[in-house]
Amino acid sequence: MKIMAVCGSGLGSSFMMEMNIKKVLKTIGVEAEVEHSDLGSVTPDVADIFVMAKDIAYSANLPEQKVIIINNIIDLKEVEQKIREYFEKN
Amino acid sequence: MSHLAKWLNNEKIQYVESVADWQEALVIAGRPLLSEGAISQDYIDAIIQQKEEIGPFFVIAPQIAMPHARPEQGAHKLGLSIVLLGTAVKFDSEENDPVKAIFMFAAPDSNSHIEMISELAEVLSDEAIMAQLFRVTRKEALITILSGV
Repeated sequence: MKIMAVCGSGLGSSFMMEMNIKKVLKTIGVEAEVEHSDLGSVTPDVADIFVMAKDIAYSANLPEQKVIIINNIIDLKEVEQKIREYFEKN
Repeated sequence: MSHLAKWLNNEKIQYVESVADWQEALVIAGRPLLSEGAISQDYIDAIIQQKEEIGPFFVIAPQIAMPHARPEQGAHKLGLSIVLLGTAVKFDSEENDPVKAIFMFAAPDSNSHIEMISELAEVLSDEAIMAQLFRVTRKEALITILSGV
């Protein structure tokens, strides 16, 4: 299982998301590889799940069922809730 | 002392009563980084251009923007610049507008900023510090919060 945090530049927001996703996975006891990247470099095959902010989700050319949208990337509670929901559905 | 203090100084912490628009906010945030040579003008232009092309993806949370571009777009040195606005300004972010605090950073490559971003994430997720920060109305108080926590 691989999770990719994505933002426009692949430097700041995606890296913060990566840190928060790792914290959340630890809390909910899920093991997965987490990395971060920029929107221009990601293709649907590089990860199982893509996590990104709503603003760029529209521009991302990724299958909807593989995408988790986060509104507030520094809110651990939201990140946890969205990731839990994803795993419950899939 | 905040772990952010080592990347900050008097010039890189600014309190501004109001700005005309989001572009002006970015220009003000970029000024101290420009003058110390951490970035070139291209860097600020790239951020503005990306915002217009992709959207305000750097508005990462309610009231908080973390504008940045890629190393090859004009970042020469590691740098952080913080601007708090007295009157929040719109960045066209559906979820997180209006923006009151701007944390602009520059990274010369994909690794050198990791420690800085980790420390910044700690501060941004600390509700007590952020609540204090949003109440600030003077630069001195902002400096105290950012270098005293």
